[in-house]
Amino acid sequence: MSATQEVLAAVPVAASRPRRPLWRRYLHVSELAWAIAFIAPYAAMFLAFVIHPLVYGFWIAHEPSLYVELASDPNYVRTVINTVLFVGFAVNAKMFLALLLSGFFMRRRWWIKVLLFVYILPWALPAIPAFVSFHWMLIGEQGFLNSLLSALFGIEGPLWFNNRWLALGSDIVSYVWKWMPFWTVVFLAGRMAIPQEIYEAADMDGATGWRRFVHVVFPLLANMYLVCTLLSTLWTVGDFTTVYLVSGGAPALSTEVLATLGFHYAFDTARPSLGVAAVVSTLPVLIPIAIMLMRRLQTREVQL
Amino acid sequence: MSAVPASRQPGLRPRYRLRRALAEAASVMLGLALLIWSLIPVYNMLLVALDPKEGETEFAGVIWPPEPSLESFRVVLIGGYWFIEQFWHKFGNSLYIGLSTMFLTMLIGSLASFALARTRLSKVRLLTGAPLLTYAIPATFLVIPFYRVMHVYGLTDNVWAVIVADVTFATPYAILILQQYAKLIPMEIDEAARVDGASPPQVYLRIYLPLMTPALAAVGTYALLFAWNEYLYQYLLLSSTRNMTVGVAIAQFFDADEAPWNYMMAAAIVYALPPIVIFYALRRYMTAGLTMGGVKG
Repeated sequence: MSATQEVLAAVPVAASRPRRPLWRRYLHVSELAWAIAFIAPYAAMFLAFVIHPLVYGFWIAHEPSLYVELASDPNYVRTVINTVLFVGFAVNAKMFLALLLSGFFMRRRWWIKVLLFVYILPWALPAIPAFVSFHWMLIGEQGFLNSLLSALFGIEGPLWFNNRWLALGSDIVSYVWKWMPFWTVVFLAGRMAIPQEIYEAADMDGATGWRRFVHVVFPLLANMYLVCTLLSTLWTVGDFTTVYLVSGGAPALSTEVLATLGFHYAFDTARPSLGVAAVVSTLPVLIPIAIMLMRRLQTREVQL
Repeated sequence: MSAVPASRQPGLRPRYRLRRALAEAASVMLGLALLIWSLIPVYNMLLVALDPKEGETEFAGVIWPPEPSLESFRVVLIGGYWFIEQFWHKFGNSLYIGLSTMFLTMLIGSLASFALARTRLSKVRLLTGAPLLTYAIPATFLVIPFYRVMHVYGLTDNVWAVIVADVTFATPYAILILQQYAKLIPMEIDEAARVDGASPPQVYLRIYLPLMTPALAAVGTYALLFAWNEYLYQYLLLSSTRNMTVGVAIAQFFDADEAPWNYMMAAAIVYALPPIVIFYALRRYMTAGLTMGGVKG
């Protein structure tokens, strides 16, 4: 290492003046060519599988009449409300709980390490089996959850999928169950990266527990929290599997979200252009979020 | 257990000791709650799958399997029911899609992140964040035009249609993670190698890839789980039994009114095993890959 550093230090002196610009220009041109070559596979994939479908999608959904039809469809309006509720509750509950729990998992106890091992199981468990299990746990009068409630507490559980709000709540809880461990580990990694001295200094000044969290930890993690929340919002808006498998839109398509509604328009009622239009109508909200995320990542050093 | 930490430190005042004991008890309670929360759906899967005859545990108010048996697993493994015919073939398809997605995401992601983080392109601000713009259009939103475009490319009912979809939507996050992790590696190492005469591909192969191992493991696991979690594209793009995956086969049970749910759950459990094994094997790298140096804000 020290040898290479010596070489590095010697380079500007060693390179003779007249030859250097040529050498550097040659290096830069080839470097740029190589850089383009390195990015080419991704760029090609992006063009073929994002831009091409995207342009095609805009083309089939360009007629304004489609949007008029959507706005007058009560199903669509209800779905937009569901999507806002689903994303709003699921993302915020998940991120806030993950942030708090990451602090819990920082405690140094042997059993907390074991618990973390079990706690991240939902993240490792594929979505299809997990949500199928949630569906079976909640369906009917005698699903597992209701059986458990009556065996332990003698409570008659409700019919979870017969009520729009209970069904939507079930979707939200299932989604939080599946994805909270991922974000907990991300925040745990963020907390571990905070230098120990900062904690010690906070300790000296008497900031412990809640006060340490509010005045020391959270300000340090705030930017990361925001970036993660934005990213998670974009991912949650596009989530199809949760609602499709847990509540399946029951009762009577009243818990659809936009991802499943677009699918229904396109493949069940054979109106692909209406399905694409339903999806395109979210872009005015999603594009600013993506741009905000991009700028957040560029203006500051953010660790994910 | 709650008294142990307090008793280790003699000379603490009783009030302080009481507070510590209470805090310890509260954290044990929280731990128990988290344990139950994490395991209930998993337990429910086992409960249904261990039922030898269909319809005994589900909807019967049972919270403990009355006569646990591995019969349904046997039926799944020999593919003895028509929804799960050729189970191992479908399993092979799932594995093929998952591993191809993992490999291609690591390859394309690491190449692109090398260009964006280690070359002059890193100064082009617009470019470095561009992959994230993909997220402005969620994958599920693109599925309708994607379905038609695959016809144009001649990839109808082809597992590669699913693989390219998974890679396309897993790569932006992979690039993001790799770009952030690359900031930990000093540029001087690259510069020293360049002065010694290494070409960019050599720097990529000999320096960049070895130093990026933890982040690559994190990204690879992420891509594998992404492919394994994904349902919509598999469902729409693969129609024949020959190309079907286990995930689609499991969800097919919902189409029938009186399907044997114990077989479905047993298939779901077998399907869940490979990613769980890989996930726990690579867990150490994963946390390292997600750590990304200090928190600067």
